[in-house]
Amino acid sequence: MAQRASTKSADPAANQESAQVVKDLHERMVRIRLFETEAGKLMEAGRLPGFLHLYVGQEAVAAGVMAALRDDDQITSTHRGHGHAVAKGVGLREMYAELYGRVTGACLGRGGSMHINDLTRGMLGANGIVGAGVPIAVGAAFAARYKGEDSVAVTFFGDGATNIGAFHEGANMAAILGLPVVFVCENNGYAEFTPQSGHMLLADVADRAAAYGMPSVIVDGMDALAVHRAAADAVARARAGAGPMMIEAKTYRFYDHQGVKGLRHPYRSDEEVAEWKARDPIDLLEARAVADGTATRAELDDVWQRTRDEIAEAIAYAEASPLPDPADLLLNVYSG
Amino acid sequence: MTTMTEAPAAAPGTARKLTYVKAFNEGLAQAMREDENVFVAGEDVAGYGGVFRMFDNLLDEFGPRRMIDTPISEAALVGLGVGAAARGLRPVVDLMFMDFIGVCLDQIVNQAAKMKYMFGGALSVPLTITTASGAGLGAAAQHSQSLEAWLAHVPGLKVVMPSDAYTAKGLTVSAIRDDNPVVVMLNKVLLGSTGEVPEEIYGIPLGQAHTARQGSDVTVIALGRMVGEALAAADELAAQGVEIEVIDPRTVQPLDTETMFASVRRTNRVLVVHEAVTFGGLGAEIAAQIQDAAFDHLDAPVLRIGAPFSPVPFSPVLEKAYVPDRARIAEGCRRLLERS
Repeated sequence: MAQRASTKSADPAANQESAQVVKDLHERMVRIRLFETEAGKLMEAGRLPGFLHLYVGQEAVAAGVMAALRDDDQITSTHRGHGHAVAKGVGLREMYAELYGRVTGACLGRGGSMHINDLTRGMLGANGIVGAGVPIAVGAAFAARYKGEDSVAVTFFGDGATNIGAFHEGANMAAILGLPVVFVCENNGYAEFTPQSGHMLLADVADRAAAYGMPSVIVDGMDALAVHRAAADAVARARAGAGPMMIEAKTYRFYDHQGVKGLRHPYRSDEEVAEWKARDPIDLLEARAVADGTATRAELDDVWQRTRDEIAEAIAYAEASPLPDPADLLLNVYSG
Repeated sequence: MTTMTEAPAAAPGTARKLTYVKAFNEGLAQAMREDENVFVAGEDVAGYGGVFRMFDNLLDEFGPRRMIDTPISEAALVGLGVGAAARGLRPVVDLMFMDFIGVCLDQIVNQAAKMKYMFGGALSVPLTITTASGAGLGAAAQHSQSLEAWLAHVPGLKVVMPSDAYTAKGLTVSAIRDDNPVVVMLNKVLLGSTGEVPEEIYGIPLGQAHTARQGSDVTVIALGRMVGEALAAADELAAQGVEIEVIDPRTVQPLDTETMFASVRRTNRVLVVHEAVTFGGLGAEIAAQIQDAAFDHLDAPVLRIGAPFSPVPFSPVLEKAYVPDRARIAEGCRRLLERS
């Protein structure tokens, strides 16, 4: 069975996270939150083409994990990938420009929301195919070891993705090859519109790790510090050559599977949504930071304001950016 | 990394002969010596040397770091290749039988093939996928297919079909040196066939067809093992005073149509032959392109010869009836010549 991490570490010293870590987590979460809420507004206003799978509510997972990584550590993401990209340091301008389909976008307007990547930041891409990023992260970890580097690969996936073959094959491959991969399951309770109870008989996805001889830990995915602690342990373990590990972060998406609001009949009760929103990961971290004196309310507000300004500037940049030229349609189909 | 010059042809009879599978093996080994970033992963490729002996002795030379036995997990195997290629390595992943691509098509089609494009050109995916295709060994419906049309349909992939020992080596080397995902479709029946193979490393340009025999009466465009069958048909027809030109595209994606058009403009008759089922096969694409580019030069409709629309049968008598051969090619050429 998976180890269940408590919100509080057994080690009292570990609970005194440095103010720097708290601020780092807070900044990453605020960036994700504002990026996503603004993207949602733009979508509802009909200004963005295509689909958006927004990350609002799950910020503690991306922030907690990414704060434990170096720039040269690699991640593979999902269709709900904006949070991972923002937390890994991908530029907001390039991200918005991509959502707008502009040539200045992270994919030159060729990929859109589900293919945002930045190889200079170790962001090996969001992915439109559920579970497909798992084996790719295994390959990235293989490459690191092959080249004698000590970087690790982290693959993010949802509860629903653990029912697809690529996840199981990738987990077993990483385990048998002893590769430095951290498997992060963001269990938001739903595979699109199907509750976890309707798609697997297990209560804890982390139990699946045991099938591959891989240790696992369950954390409160609304608690950025708890996620960060678990991630730091798993990353250190992988970096030291001890092989892969799985983290299951129990979390929740505040918005719909796609877009902001559900268009059809509700598949989640208002009470359930309200219960999770009452544990908003940013509110939780801010309350704790203010209570233990890590940050003042004014300092936290300043982060929100600075980020709002940055987001507004990034959106303006995207809107002012040129569209791709249809004459360049075939650019980058092949190398060479 | 892109030395694409074809090796100078040795004087007839003086070059060394190798089997198709040994030529592949030699090309792979030389490519591994040439570039430290090349490694091989797959089921039983290292300790066992591959079920078709494709990887014999490579573990001894390159060790377990570069020769990796993996679980039977084709999706994870190709995904490992994609991730490693994205991080700058040149993986060679082996799928044993081509029929197995059904269990890893997502990684080939949605990941490897599209990654460069949908990432805005931020990376290349220099991945080589080797696999054994083709009927003729009584391996039945799930171990005998030629699925090049599936892959040639996907922008971003390259597909090569070595037709003899010389191309088995040269196309493999070029596939590994290429910065794109390339599927190398070895042919199982040809594995033990021998041909002249230069000892030095050489590449064969991808997307460049080879005129295997010159002739003035009919152009036969043949894929993979059908090249040898077409050449045998050419010998038979030559005895009857008919000269057919045999074109081996070598690469079906990209496809060198210019060589085909030039030939058709001289012969005015064309037959396309492949092992895959005729419906929706490369023959359909080639026929469409030829009528588009050289309609006024055609004295007869483009004739396609392929397998009937059926899974590959097991019983040898059925399998023989299923796979096109020299007799059907010769008969097709005669039919084309009867039209005037």
